[in-house]
Amino acid sequence: MIRVEPRPAPSRLWNALTPLLAVALTLAAGALMFAALGVGPGAALRTIFLDPLFDPRLAAFSRPQLLVKAAPLILIAIGLSLGFRAGIWNIGAEGQYLIGAVLGAAAGLALFPAESRLIFPLMVLCGLLGGLLWAMIPALLKAYARTNEILVSLLLVYVAENVVAWAALGPLRNPDGGGFPGSRQLSRWDAASNPELIAGTGAHWGVVAAMLAVVLAYALFARAKLGYDIRLAGEAPRAARFAGVSPPRLVILCFAVSGGLAGLAGIFEATGPSGQIGIDFGVGYGFTAIIVAFLGRLNPFGIVLAGLLMALTYIGGELAQMMVGIPLAAIQALQGMLLFFLLGVDVLSRYRVRLGRARPADVAAAPRAAEAAE
Amino acid sequence: MTPLLQIDGLTKAYPGVVANDDVSLTVLPGEVHALLGENGAGKSTLVKAIYGLVAPDSGTMTLEGRPFVPASPHAARAAGVGMVFQHFSLWGALSVAENVALGMEDPPPLRDLARRIRDVSAEYGLPLDPARLVGDLSAGERQRVEIVRCLLGRPRLLVMDEPTSVLTPQEVDALFATLGKLSAEGTAILYISHKLEEIRALCDRATILRRGRVVGTADPKADSARAMAEAMVGGTIPEARPAQAAPGAVRLEVRALSLPAPDAFGTALRDVSFQVRAGEVLGIGGVAGNGQDELLAALSGERRSPPGAVLMDGGQAGHLPPPARRRLGLLSAPEERLGHAAAPAMTLTENALMTGAARRGLVRRGLVSWKGARRFAREVIEGFDVRTPSTETPARALSGGNLQKFVIGREILQDPQVLVVNQPTWGVDASAASAIRRALTDLAEGGAAVVVISQDLDELLEIATRFAALAGGRLSTAVPAAGLTLDRIGLMLGGAEAA
Repeated sequence: MIRVEPRPAPSRLWNALTPLLAVALTLAAGALMFAALGVGPGAALRTIFLDPLFDPRLAAFSRPQLLVKAAPLILIAIGLSLGFRAGIWNIGAEGQYLIGAVLGAAAGLALFPAESRLIFPLMVLCGLLGGLLWAMIPALLKAYARTNEILVSLLLVYVAENVVAWAALGPLRNPDGGGFPGSRQLSRWDAASNPELIAGTGAHWGVVAAMLAVVLAYALFARAKLGYDIRLAGEAPRAARFAGVSPPRLVILCFAVSGGLAGLAGIFEATGPSGQIGIDFGVGYGFTAIIVAFLGRLNPFGIVLAGLLMALTYIGGELAQMMVGIPLAAIQALQGMLLFFLLGVDVLSRYRVRLGRARPADVAAAPRAAEAAE
Repeated sequence: MTPLLQIDGLTKAYPGVVANDDVSLTVLPGEVHALLGENGAGKSTLVKAIYGLVAPDSGTMTLEGRPFVPASPHAARAAGVGMVFQHFSLWGALSVAENVALGMEDPPPLRDLARRIRDVSAEYGLPLDPARLVGDLSAGERQRVEIVRCLLGRPRLLVMDEPTSVLTPQEVDALFATLGKLSAEGTAILYISHKLEEIRALCDRATILRRGRVVGTADPKADSARAMAEAMVGGTIPEARPAQAAPGAVRLEVRALSLPAPDAFGTALRDVSFQVRAGEVLGIGGVAGNGQDELLAALSGERRSPPGAVLMDGGQAGHLPPPARRRLGLLSAPEERLGHAAAPAMTLTENALMTGAARRGLVRRGLVSWKGARRFAREVIEGFDVRTPSTETPARALSGGNLQKFVIGREILQDPQVLVVNQPTWGVDASAASAIRRALTDLAEGGAAVVVISQDLDELLEIATRFAALAGGRLSTAVPAAGLTLDRIGLMLGGAEAA
């Protein structure tokens, strides 16, 4: 019989090992899934995880893509990690990402075809503001009307998707585009483009911003009183109030940071890799970033590794669709499994599993017995 | 007389600690047997083994001459062992009879059960209406539900874990009468309590545990409370006494403070007024749930009130948040150690920063001085004899007494003008409790004003210079503590004198 006992303190070793274990379990379950789909599991996994980096024909294209895809994931996940550590759940980063892109693009397109060095910074600022303001809706409702921030932020994603479609078909539609939906190509307009900074690396301004965010987040948690307050609120909300941390202030702050960073990711994407605001601008970075944040243990450097890994599944997934004929849904299932297994094996860091004699627990007394460990 | 329960060489180890080490004990039929020991001495593990909640690693138990190996509380109850826990497990939205039925393996129809509850409660002097909702009952009445639930099974041995911690003196008297009757009928009672005077009044014999081992026995009728406490600790205990300083200027004043209940289970504060002077210890007694937590939150700043309702050295403070009050010198320590006064998963250094940030200058320009926080944590640990491997140990790894010493020490070392503490020695062992009481009186003698909110009346009589009772969210007028009797206090707690 297997018993699960709480550990006196969470195990640091398991805390570090569980992400690796989750990856291993995902690979195993993924192999089974691919086999069930009639695809050779070995070939599928190799196409997803190894070919983008090492295949001589593909790597030249795929390797730079790694940073292109990882940057928005990391940028958004860093923002989310603040709230997640404080027990504040912004699930709507995807919406903030979309609105940031739309508002930033709109600010730039209003000045088309001017050529000024200030246009790109202005667009970045408006992108940040767009995400931040969109995030303020669930934040203020949570802080002052006690609504559930998970529901409000999530539902606003679907509103944001419609805003993007409306913008792409209406006010932002390219007047010279022959009636096709979608804005002008921002990446082909020098004043607004977010180019690859070092050729062949995929590094654009979004990568720079992501790296900065990682360093700042690390410093925040290591040294700043604010980082301490965030952790305290997550660990022990009552203790945080006793210490003097104001819950509404913290909610607004965490949503502002995560919304702002998601908006930044959106505008960097619209001016760079995507190049325009189209109907299909959103590809789910805001949702995948939730997985990245948890897979990275809400630790800034962990998030970098997790972001790179998830970026790899995006790139490898596309390859696998083309080369081996795996459906997109299977790739998304693979990404979902990662979060599923991570949350599942998380139990190991807080509990220890023991093999031992089964004991029929008394329904009424068992919770009390677990409570008082004297 | 043949023993009712005989325990031989019982050993139970958990990872990192031997909770019971070769414990042997006999309980005779009809005796009231006290189990004494500090926190962590192994009392709970021992009674859990008797009640089938813990499987011993080795050793034997014999009940009425037969081997006794309860695999579950069900088996223990079937063999004639009942247990009343310190924390009740009752459903507030259900009636007394329904609650009792939920604890039974094979409950009879509710109407029959209600009659049996009435019979048992009449027989043992435990007035209880089976039809009432448990949510409407007082703590004392809830405990009666738990006791009646046990008595319906006609136990030969009744285990009681800290049964009086939630009772008024009058309710304690009623409980002792019931236990006396049970014992006269031959039911043995194994009684765990920190309150040694109670044990002297109630118990026939006492077994003393220290660090999982039986270190001796005591005769509660003959030995003094002090001697028993010292046997538990294995050393001498300094004597606590009321603060001796002459009262100075008014430090903290609360004027007509009224606050609505924070939630459905809270208590509203109604027109609470009091003053505390420098050098004074104001003891606020009362049964849990009468507004203690709410009063502390109103003083700590977790809940705001009109500015003039709380005056600190004459200045308005009711509207200030906790950090601003700390800067004024108004410090506090809530009852709940884990999760309120301290963050369980955070280290002692981080917990030192929690309230010490402002007065100890641990934060400069938004950045934390971890070196300073660690130094402060070390000062608390050394100054208050907190037993911990290091400053980087998480708070939850400390025993209750050690963490409480840390929490109180953290506030005292910030040199408070006013210190408000709620249940400073709840669940804390005798030596730690006396150290904490001593620190509080020392603080008052040093010129601070101290407010001690406690359910432990002996504690308040020991250290308070004035006493007030909190009942139903109202505070009685404070009276000098010298010369107060438990009877008078009982009346005050009942709300009879609440102003």
